[in-house]
Parts: sequence; structure tokens; C-alpha cells
Amino acid sequence: MYGNDFAPPEDGPGGGLLGEVEAAEAALREAAARARRGGPAPDEDLEAYFADVIDADQKIEPRDWMPEAYRKTLIRQIAQHAHSEIIGMQPEGNWISRAPSLKRKAILLAKVQDEAGHGLYLYAAAETLGVRRDELVELLIEGRQKYSSIFNYPTLTWADVGAIGWLVDGAAIVNQVPLCRCSYGPYARAMIRVCKEESFHQRQGYEILHTLAHGTPEQHAMAQDAVDRWWYPSLAMFGPPDGDSTHSAQSMAWKIKRFSNDELRQRFVDMCVQQAEILGLTLPDPDLRWNEERQAYDYTQPDYDELMRVIKGDGPCNRQRMEHRRRAHAEGAWVREAAAAYAAKRAEQQKEKVAA
Amino acid sequence: MSKEQSPLWEVFVRARRGLSHTHVGSLHAPDAELALRNARDLYTRRQEGVSIWVVPASAITASSPDEKDAFFDPAADKVYRHPTFYQVPDGVAHL
Amino acid sequence: MSERSTLFDFTLGLGDDALIAAQRLGEWTSRAPEMEEDIALANIALDQLGAARLLLTYAGELEGAGRNEDDLAYLRGDREFRNRLLVELPNGDFAVTMAKLFFLAAYQLPLYTALAGCADERLAAIGAKARKESAYHLDHASLWVKRLGDGTEESHRRMQAAVDQVWPYVHELFTADPAAPVDPATLRADFDAHVSAVLAEATLTRPADGWTPGGGRAGVHTEHLSYLLAEMQVLHRAHPGARW
Repeated sequence: MYGNDFAPPEDGPGGGLLGEVEAAEAALREAAARARRGGPAPDEDLEAYFADVIDADQKIEPRDWMPEAYRKTLIRQIAQHAHSEIIGMQPEGNWISRAPSLKRKAILLAKVQDEAGHGLYLYAAAETLGVRRDELVELLIEGRQKYSSIFNYPTLTWADVGAIGWLVDGAAIVNQVPLCRCSYGPYARAMIRVCKEESFHQRQGYEILHTLAHGTPEQHAMAQDAVDRWWYPSLAMFGPPDGDSTHSAQSMAWKIKRFSNDELRQRFVDMCVQQAEILGLTLPDPDLRWNEERQAYDYTQPDYDELMRVIKGDGPCNRQRMEHRRRAHAEGAWVREAAAAYAAKRAEQQKEKVAA
Repeated sequence: MSKEQSPLWEVFVRARRGLSHTHVGSLHAPDAELALRNARDLYTRRQEGVSIWVVPASAITASSPDEKDAFFDPAADKVYRHPTFYQVPDGVAHL
Repeated sequence: MSERSTLFDFTLGLGDDALIAAQRLGEWTSRAPEMEEDIALANIALDQLGAARLLLTYAGELEGAGRNEDDLAYLRGDREFRNRLLVELPNGDFAVTMAKLFFLAAYQLPLYTALAGCADERLAAIGAKARKESAYHLDHASLWVKRLGDGTEESHRRMQAAVDQVWPYVHELFTADPAAPVDPATLRADFDAHVSAVLAEATLTRPADGWTPGGGRAGVHTEHLSYLLAEMQVLHRAHPGARW
């Protein structure tokens, strides 16, 4: 029901999903320019005030009053999103050293670097809710907060870099574009920036696969194999089916989430079918077919038991990804301590200078 | 000491001459010099000619509600960062 | 040796320095001590890679044998690489990486600056672009050398050890080459001045000159380079003639 205010993709300012991001950005500006709802009146009910702001499609800003559960939900969601960006550097980073051309190497380096940047934007957005980044990093490292399960699958060939760009980033964008309209201002603004950059990621992945699919027979087989392995895990990125999703209803009411898991998954499938045809690759689902009545594709659901196993820690790479992150953090400790010590010394000298 | 994270800095950027500095986001750094370097890397991707201010977040006094962050467009120096760089075969939608 | 082939050797050598430096810096991705530093190291790697591509492309044109940047990067063996040994040394800890970057940038900055004024238009243009980037790399590395040198006891010990370990490889950077567009020997004074000042501020001791390993420009490398290339080239070589 929140979807009909989106410009149809073809007419969007930038076309496609990027157009929707731009539309969300425009809506954000319009909302800001519209009726300025000031702070609550001295005797106003805070809950009612909060509901009023949300209903008016205005943004909640960091120092606004908000229900504790709203704050907690957002911290958890934004932090997990940030963790995903940081852990997500690993599977693709795995191919930087072996990228098959210098141009591809440069693009991949820039892409993985962007992911670090996205992680930082998101941690910053979470910090506006009164939590510290090091606390969140601690939660990740201790395994008490999750990251997207998709990154627990291995990148076995170069084509996996393409498949991640096309399918994983594609699914992420479908998930994230509605977040550009999230009711919490800092998160919405971070997502607008992230989505603009993600669009480049998806295109670079598609271009890699397109080149492989139109290359030698070995390259084509490499591309098909990657799509075969990444298709269902990508579908699982939208989360469990609506019936089993615990957080959805409240998040929808708060306008943190704007579409259900199944709606977004369907949207993703419908987009991918034609893109796969142009690639000359086959999506590994024999039951994938157009349903005239629903005006959408019927498709086979991913294995949600597998998703649950991976979430619980038994995916192919969970241990490896966590170990990598922990090691980087632990091995960097002496550097961070040195920088802090140096800063403290300088501050002390500055004080003495002022005193003298 | 390792438990104590480096301070938070708010970053302001003047993207072009004639514009005022605008708040673009925040970051962590142990001191101002590093904060400035990190800001340049993170928020401007080192686009030339921009002017950056970094301010310790603790030095800001805010009325409520405040505006703690915003995000501005990526730098223009790396063409492959922009989606239009990629050749998308004719007829591919939603990409 | 003709002027053209001298120019080819010179350009190829600079291109290889930048390429191998980029490859090593890229290894840090997702492993840096702080997330902000991950981004900084990737930026520097991208700069080095960008310079390498321009230089190798030009080298291929000078050679006139139809080799492009990828042919030169992916289809030569370690005995054909012309980079200085400094850039191929393993990353070690963050202090070793900063020592390598510091010395490399303190050499590349005056080098590219001089190149920007040389008679060869292409090289001058590359120099003009790369020197701004080198100034940034030098700034970044200097900043860390100071923080690690004058930080904690542990960081001081590590930074001094890193400087001691990398120092012998510095001398090869300045091997005289009077016929080249820029003779590296002329850059040493600039290098020494900057390096001494930063080391002093970092409370670090400048090592005594002694052992001076070399041979990179002649294709005689450390044992490390072959492994680096094996990894870098494995996919490209597995699919001869393929487009990527």
C-alpha cells in the first residue's frame, strides 16, 4: 500500500531503481519543505506526537522523542546492515589479487572500498541513536549480532564476483530502495547515498557476467555455475516468508519497513528473468514461469531450512568470515592504541603550551 | 586504552567555491589531523578543490531536534563509480 | 641502445613499481587496523594501479610489439619484471607497510615532479597526475610513521624494526641512470631531507647505510615476487586469449 507513490520505473528521473532512489530523495526534500511540525507541546502526549510525525510522512530525527522499541529496532537493523557491509568485503575481496585484467582489478578494489564506506555511513547513522560504534563492533565480533547470511557462501571462481554484483547487490538494492523512505531521517539519508553507489555495483556485476557469458565456452560455463550457486541464496536474502517473519508488522507500522519479504522477493524474481535472458544464462529453477493471472512469475522458494542453518552459524564460511574479522580487529589493536597515545601526548603538549 | 574508542568528529564540506560548508556526516579518528585525512577519503573520495572542516562532536552544542548527518554525492574523479559507466545491453530493464 | 628502447625500459620499470605496490596494498583490503584506514589504503592502491596502467600502456606503445597493459602485467615471468625490490617485499605488519609506503612515496614524489617537466609529453602528463597522488601518499605515510614512532612503547619498537628492515632496499631506488628522462640519482637529496625530518619527529633512528640489495631493474628479484605473480596471473593465464 505504500508502493503506489513510487514513480513507475520507466518514467522515473534516472530510470529503474536509481529513479526510485532519486524519487525518494525528492520526497525527502518535499517532506522537509512541507508543514514544519515543531516539537511536542508541553502537555502533548509523546506517543501521539510520534505517531503524528510518522503519519504525516515526516522524518524522525535523532533527538526526537521515540518509543524505546523503535530505537532498539532501528539500532539492531542499522547495525546488522553495517556489519553486512563490512563482512561483505571479504567474499569479493577474495578476488582482488587475482582479478583477470587491470581494469577489473581497479573496479573491484573501488567496489570493495565502497562497501567499507557504506559500513561507516551506517555505523554513523546507528550512532545517532545513542550507541557507540565500538559497542556495535564488539557485538559483531562476539557473534551477538548478525550480518547478512549471504556472505557465508564462498566465492569459488571469478564469475562469483559477477554473480554477487548482479544477484546479491541486485537483491540488496530491491531491499534497500524502500529504506530510502524509512521514517528515521539519518537512516533514510544514508540509504539514499548507499543505493546510488550500489547501483554501480550491480552494473559492474552484470557486465562481468555478460562478458563471461559471451566469451569462451569455459567462461560461459563459469558464469552459469556461479548463477546456479547464487540464485537461491539470493532469494533467501529477503528473509523468511511473511508468515514466519517476526519483526515485520511493527516495522511496517513504524514505516521502517515498507514492503513485506515476499513482496520484495517477487519483485526481484520478476526483474531477474528478463536480465538472465539477455545474459544468455539460465536461472536454475525448472518451475519458473509467467503467471498471467497474478501478472508475476511463479518460482520455487529457496530452502528456508538451509537459511536457518546458515543464520545459526553452519554455513560454509561463517567461521572463516568471523575469524577474519576478529583477526583484523585484534591485529590492529596496537595501531589504534598508538594513535590514541600519540593524540593524548599532543593534547598534553598543547595544554602546556597554553598554560605557559 | 584499547577499549576506549577514538572520538567522533562531524564533517563539513564545501564542495565548490561559492558554496558554504555543509554537514556531510561523521567519523571516528584519534586526532584532528587523522580526522581530516579520513574525511577526505570517506566523504570526498579525495576530490580536489574541496574544503573540509572537522569538528569534535563533543564540541557541538545542539538544540533539539538536531541534524546529525546527511550524505552528499560521490566524487567525480573515479568514473567507474558512477552507474552510467557500464554498458548495459539494450533492452535490459531495472538495472 | 636506442633512445626509444631506453625510454621503454624506464617507463616499464616505473609501471612495474606502481603495479607491484598496488598489488601489495590491495592485500590489506578488509584487514586494516581501522575501517577508515581500509578506505585510505584502498585509495592509495587505486592510485598506484591507475599510474601503473598509464605507464604500462605507454610502455607497450613504445615497444611497438602490440602488447597492452594486460599483456605486460599478466604474461611476463618474474625475471622479466623490472620493479625495484622494495615494492615486492611482503606487507608484514602495519608498521612494515607504512615504512614501505613512506620510502616509496618519498621517492615517487620528487620523481613524478621531475617527470612532469620532462621533454616526453606522455610521461610529463603522467607525472603531473601522479605527483599529486604521491604527495597524498607521502603525507599519509608520514602521519602514521610519526604516530607509530611516537605512540606507545610497542608501536615505537615495531616502527623502528620496520624502518630497519626496509631501509636497505631504499638505495636501489636511486641507482644512477643518466640516460633516463629523470635520473633517479638526482632525487636522493630530496628524499633524504624529507625522510630525516619525519624520522626525527617520530623519535626514530635513521639506520646506517650498509647492505644495499638490488637487481630489480635487471629482473633479479627476491623470492617473494614469483609467488606474488603466481597469484596475480593465475586466472588470466588459465584462459589464453579470453576477454574479461
